[in-house]
Amino acid sequence: MTTQVPPDTQTQAPSTASAGNNGQPADDQASLRKDLLRSMLIQRRFEERCAEAYALGKIGGFCHLYIGQEAISAGTMSMLRPDDYVVTSYRDHGQAIARGMSPRSVMAELFGRQDGCSGGKGGSMHLFDKSLNFLGGHGIVGGHVPLAAGVGWAIKYRGGDQVCVCFFGEAAVNIGAFHEALNMASLWKLPCVFIIENNRYGMGTEISRATANEDVTARGAAYRMPGESVDAQDVFAVRDAVGRALHLARTQRQPTLLEMRTYRFMGHSMSDAASGTYRTKEELEENMKRDPILVLREKMHAGGELPDGELKKMDDEAKAIAQDAWDFADKSPEPPLSELWEDVLVDTTS
Amino acid sequence: MPVLTYRDALREALREELIRDDRVFLMGEEVAQYNGAYKVSKGLLDEFGPMRIVDTPITELGFAGVGIGSAMVGLRPIIEFMTWNFALLAIDQVVNAAAKMLYMSGGQFPMPMVFRGPNGSALQLSAQHSQAWESWLAHIPGLKVVTPGTPADAKGLLKSAIRDDNPVVFLEGEMLYNTKGEVPQGDYTIPLGKADLKREGDACTIVAHGKMVLVALQVADALAKEGIAVDVVDLRTVRPIDIEAIATSVRKTNRAVVLEEGWEICGVGAQVVDFIQRECFDDLDSPVLRVHQEDVPMPYAKNLERAAKPDAPKAIAAVKKVMYLA
Repeated sequence: MTTQVPPDTQTQAPSTASAGNNGQPADDQASLRKDLLRSMLIQRRFEERCAEAYALGKIGGFCHLYIGQEAISAGTMSMLRPDDYVVTSYRDHGQAIARGMSPRSVMAELFGRQDGCSGGKGGSMHLFDKSLNFLGGHGIVGGHVPLAAGVGWAIKYRGGDQVCVCFFGEAAVNIGAFHEALNMASLWKLPCVFIIENNRYGMGTEISRATANEDVTARGAAYRMPGESVDAQDVFAVRDAVGRALHLARTQRQPTLLEMRTYRFMGHSMSDAASGTYRTKEELEENMKRDPILVLREKMHAGGELPDGELKKMDDEAKAIAQDAWDFADKSPEPPLSELWEDVLVDTTS
Repeated sequence: MPVLTYRDALREALREELIRDDRVFLMGEEVAQYNGAYKVSKGLLDEFGPMRIVDTPITELGFAGVGIGSAMVGLRPIIEFMTWNFALLAIDQVVNAAAKMLYMSGGQFPMPMVFRGPNGSALQLSAQHSQAWESWLAHIPGLKVVTPGTPADAKGLLKSAIRDDNPVVFLEGEMLYNTKGEVPQGDYTIPLGKADLKREGDACTIVAHGKMVLVALQVADALAKEGIAVDVVDLRTVRPIDIEAIATSVRKTNRAVVLEEGWEICGVGAQVVDFIQRECFDDLDSPVLRVHQEDVPMPYAKNLERAAKPDAPKAIAAVKKVMYLA
C-alpha cells in the first residue's frame, strides 16, 4: 500500500520526476506514477467509506476528511525514507495510509476498536505508528509544529541525516506555536520540512478573513527560511518541491517552508456540509475539476500509460482495500474496559 | 554529610544525570551562557557544551514542544522554565501533548522528560510573578508533579524525575534556592509518590509540600515549646499523592491541618482533605482545616503581601483550633 520508493533513489537531490529525466528508467517512472495513483485511490476510497461509516454512527466524534488533498500525502511520502519522521495534524487519515499504515488499523482506530493503531484511545485525530516514525495525529491547530522542531533537534543531536516533515493547515500559520517553532528551526538549523496544506479554509473561515498576508510562504522569510508555493493538485509538483526541501534538510540542515495549494472537497469535518454556509457550490465544483486523481490520470492517459480497464482495476482494488478495512474494523472487538486505566503512565522502577 | 544549598543540590542532580546518560539534555532560557537565571545550571555549559545545555529564545510554548518532540524519538529532555509563571504560555504543550501522548497513542510514545523551574510566591514580585501552580498541574492525568522542600529531597527527587519514563513536572520553591541542608554525596534517588514523615508527634498531623514544609517545621518547633508534638507529613510529590502516609499519620493523631502556598479553591489541600475524609472519617476528632494563600492575586505592598501568604502564625492558629485549644 505504501508508495515509498527504495531509499537509495531518494538521497539524491532535487527530484525532477515530473520531467521523467531524473535518471530513473522510463518503466520506473511509469511504475512510480502507478504507485502514486494507487496511493491516492486507496486514500480516496478509504475516506469515502469513512464518510459512510460516520453517517452510520460507526465512527464518532470529529472526523476530518482529506479528500481532494491526496496528492500532498502521496507525493510527500513517496520522497521520504523509512527512517524519516512525520508529524501531522488532525486531518491525518490519508497521510497515515500514504506513509504505509495499514488501512485496517486506521479504520479500526476510527471505529474505536481494540485493533486500532492506538487501541481505540486516539481516534480519528490521533493516528500514531511508531514503527513507521509516524508521530501523530495532533488535535490543537498548530500545537504540533514545535514537536517537529523537537524531532529535528533530536536528529541533529544524534548527528543523523533524517528529516522531520510536519504537515498543518494554512490557518496554523497564525498560531504562536508555528512562529516559535520556525524561528528555532531556522536559528538552530534543524532538518525539518514544514508543509502548509493551504486548502483556503480554517474550518469555515476563508483565508482572506483570517490572514493579513495571504502569501503564507512569506511567513518563512521572517525566519530566513526558504519557501515555495506549489500546485498541490499535481503530485509531481509536490514531489519536486519536497525533494528540493529534503535535499536542503539532509545536506545543510536547512529547514524549508512549503505551501501546498490545494482544496478540500468535503466540509471541515463530518459536521459541516461540503458547500453551503461559507463557500458556494460553484466554487467547490470549479475546484473539483482539478481533482489530483484526475490530474494524474490525465497525464498517464496522455502518455499512454493507463490502458482501458487499468484504472478500473486499480480503483476496484482500492475499493476492496477499503471494504477489507471496514470488515476488519467492524469485527474487531471494543477495547476491554481494563484498557481505560492502561497507558496513563509508564510503569517505572523509580 | 556535606551541607548544600537547594540550588547546589539540584545542580548536582543535573550534573550527575548528564554524565550518566547522554540522552539527557537541559534546555531553557538563559540556562547556558548566563549560567541560569537562578544559577541552578551554573558551570554546566562549560562542562557539557552547547548541545547538552541549550539556551532558547523566549518562547516557552515553543521550546516545551521541542522537548516533547525530542522525547518522542528517544531523548530525555529537561526543560527549564525560568519560572512557572511563564510556563503558563506552554501549558498547552504540557497538558495537551506531554501528558496525553502515551495514552492517545495507545502506549506507543512514552514521554521521558522533566519540566522544571521555580514555583510559588517570592518577595514583592506582585501578581504575575508570585504564585503556586501545583494544583493546576496535579489535576492532569499523565503527569507526575514533584515539589521538593529540602536540598536532600531536591537532589534525590530530581534524579528520579530524570530517570522516570513519564513527563514529570518538577516545581522548585523559588524562595528555597538559598536554603541549606545535609545532602548525601553521590548517587541516590527518592521514589516519586512517597511522602516523608519529617517530624513525629501525636497531637496533630500537618500535611505540607514544597516551601510550606519549612513553615510546617517552624510550626512544629514552636508548638513543641508548648508541649505539643505534631507529625509533619511532607508529600514530596503531589501527583501521585501518598494517601497511605497521610492516613497512617491521621489515624495516629486524629487531627489534621493542610498547609499550602496555592489558593484555596480546588487546591492541593482540598484533595488531601477529600482523601482524609474517605480514609479516616472515623478517626477524626475535629474537622480538617486548611491554611493557604488568601483568595486574591498577590499584592505588591509588603503588608498586604504578608497578609495574603500562608505562614507559621496562621498554621499555629489552625493547629490549635483543630485541637480545640483556641
